[in-house]
This record gives sequence, structure tokens and C-alpha cells, in this order.
Amino acid sequence: MHISEGILSAPVLITGAGLTATAVGYSLKKMEHKEVPKVAILSSVFFVASLIHVPLGPSSVHLILNGVIGLLLGWPAFPAILVALALQGVIFQFGGITTLGVNTFNMALPAIICFYLFNRGIKGANNFIALILAFVCGFLAVLLSGIMVAAALVFTGEPFIQIAKLVLIAHLPVMILEGVLTVFCIGFLRKVKPEILNI
Amino acid sequence: MIKEKFSEGDSLLHRLDPRIKIIVALFFSVIIAVTDKYTSLWGALFLAVAAVAVARLRTKELISRLLVVNSFIFLLWLMLPLTFPGEKIYTLASLSVSREGIKYAFLITVKSNSIILVGIALLSTSSIFNLVHALRHLYLPDKLTQLFFFAYRYTQTIHSEYIRINNALKIRGFKPQTNLHTYKTYAYLVGMMLVRSYDRSKRVYDAMLCRGFKGKFWTLNHFVFKKSDFVAGIVMISCIIGLVLLP
Repeated sequence: MHISEGILSAPVLITGAGLTATAVGYSLKKMEHKEVPKVAILSSVFFVASLIHVPLGPSSVHLILNGVIGLLLGWPAFPAILVALALQGVIFQFGGITTLGVNTFNMALPAIICFYLFNRGIKGANNFIALILAFVCGFLAVLLSGIMVAAALVFTGEPFIQIAKLVLIAHLPVMILEGVLTVFCIGFLRKVKPEILNI
Repeated sequence: MIKEKFSEGDSLLHRLDPRIKIIVALFFSVIIAVTDKYTSLWGALFLAVAAVAVARLRTKELISRLLVVNSFIFLLWLMLPLTFPGEKIYTLASLSVSREGIKYAFLITVKSNSIILVGIALLSTSSIFNLVHALRHLYLPDKLTQLFFFAYRYTQTIHSEYIRINNALKIRGFKPQTNLHTYKTYAYLVGMMLVRSYDRSKRVYDAMLCRGFKGKFWTLNHFVFKKSDFVAGIVMISCIIGLVLLP
């Protein structure tokens, strides 16, 4: 899901950086000091999840989990994802300084959209509805990220349209996988530790 | 443990003040990301390779790292020559390879790898703690620096927790495959990581309160800005400006 350095055009990079800076600034302002450890530790979970490779047919994919992070954090998902991606950039060289804004925005905006769409349903009393919504949440978060990655490529230049399509198609199985994982994960949390979901 | 492989070493670049390194890396990345001039990009690649050489990093690790991060670039090489409009130099059935497409893919490859190499030479040669400390001096908001410190610290803990749970799974004969059982197991693994992280974050905050945390981190050892740092910074910045001015 990371777009490498040196591919996107200047307007796309600047827009991404500006939007991310604004959103991170806003959520930092809203965030209380006592939330810092929780946000940071979920940022670490997001980082570690990306190191977990799950088999998918002949190959394997790594977990993304931006839907789950969004559900658990709300707005602070923005700084959490920014920090995780920056650390990955320095430690593994995935993504870098100039693409940090775009990459963060592509992952974090879907997380927040999922928070607003599914927060009440997934944390509500009805278990069945919660699990259905959990699937949609995991699926949609990756779908939206994929669309945004594709859009960033298309806005860079027309030759990228085919690649953008390919990126989207390649993410289709990942969407289903993330949906399924989110169902089990939310089901687990509802049973084992409902406080995390504020139930 | 997640290792910062390139941060160990004692080269000129390892010893340089991280504040300077961050500024130069940022300047270089931004300039190169928006440049399309061939001479500048070749110069950039040359500078980047020189920087990595000065940092004296292990070549084998460097190359294996580059291969991994170039996966998206490989995809571009497969697609761009076929989709980019321009003079056709080779045609096979309905597919035709355009010269401009190859040129463009080449340009992106040089650009991307110069930025990655400079990132390795300048940023990855400092420890994360030093980088975040430096970012604080460069006016990164307090809460964001705290997030960085904690996130890095707990990434290590949560990663070892993941390894522990994964070992427990292996001992019980778990073999990951493409089926629902595997996905359920991984989801529960993530769930368990979230539960433990949640409890841990509460304990961490309580411990901070016990130690009198009032929303600010105090730094105990400060960077000393040496004359050599200043000179190195000036030299690197002028090299980058020189790149832009190349004909």
C-alpha cells in the first residue's frame, strides 16, 4: 500500500502533505495527554500488524488493519498511523519523507471514515449486526485506501491509469481477507475485553 | 527484536548531528522528488551513492534492502513501457514498447533510489531515539514527539509479544494456510495483542503519573553542535543546490 519515493508528482505530494499536516494538527489538539500512551501503543500494534504475513492462495499478504485502528481510536488514528509509517520509513525504508503525507492520508482517512460510519453499530448491543458491520468496516477501509492510492497515481499522470487499476484489483482479495479478520477480531474483543470498544 | 540495522557504525555520517542530517535529507528528498532534469538526477544518484559509501554500510544488507523496497518500481517496469504513449521500438502481438515509457521508468527508478539511499545514509545511521530528540529541537509538537518515543519503545515490546504468541501457535502444530481457521487464529492473535496493549497502556500511564508526568518530557543529554557539523551541513546543502543548477 505504500507508494515509493520519486513516483508521485509535486502537486499530489504537496496536497497529501498539507492534508495530513492539517488532520494531524487537529487531532493532536483534541487529544488529551492521558491518551498519549494508548495512541502510541496502538500505533505500535499497527506497525507490528504490517509485519504479520497471512497466507492468501499461492502468496501471502501482510495485515493492514487501518479499519480496526480507526474504530479503536477515532481521530487520533491520524497521528498514530503517521508515527507508525515514519518509523517504518526509517527502519525499513518503506516510504520516505516526501511520500509520508500522501501515504498517511491514504491509510488514515479511511480509518476515520470507518470510525464515523460504524462506531455506534459495532459497539452496539446487537452482536449479529456488530459482526456484519465489522466485515464491512475491514473491507471498506482497504477499499478506500486502494481507491486513494489509485487516485494519487492517476493524478500524477495518465500513464499510471493501468497501474492504478492493477493496484485496485490486486487489493480485492485483501479487502475480503481484512473484512473476515475484522469480524473475528471484533468478535474476540466483544467477548474478551469489551472495555476497549467502550461497551 | 526489530533492529535498526544501519544505525550501528562509527563513520563520519554516524557521528554527524542528527538535526543537520534531518534537514539535509528533507531538502534533498523534496528537491529530487520534484526534479525531472536528467543531469540533476544522475548527479543525485552519484551523491547518494557517495553518501552511502561515506557511511560505510554493509553492502550485502544494503542491496537486499534495496531489492525489497524496489518492488513497486519493478511493477512500474512491467507496465509503464507498455502504457506510456510515444515512439514504438518493439511490437509483439498487440503490445508495443515505447521508448518514452522506458525512459520514464528509468527516471523514476533513479529518482526513487537516490532518495532511498540518502535516507539510509543520513537518517537510518542515527538511532530512532536520537532522530526523535532532534525532531524535538526542530519544533515538532510535544505530543507528537511523545507518540514517537512511546510508539518506538512499545513496537519492540509488542513485536516480541507477537513472536511469543506465534511460537506458542507453532508448538501447538499450527500451520498457516488459506482457510478460515488460519484467519480466525490470526484475528485472535491480533485481538490478544490489542488486549495486552490496552492493559499495558493503562499501566504505563499510571506509572508516568506516579513519576510526576505533567505533559512534558525533559531531555537530559543535549546535542552539542560542533564546527564540523556546521561545515558538513554547508557542504551537503551546497552540493544539492549545485545539482539543481546543473545544465
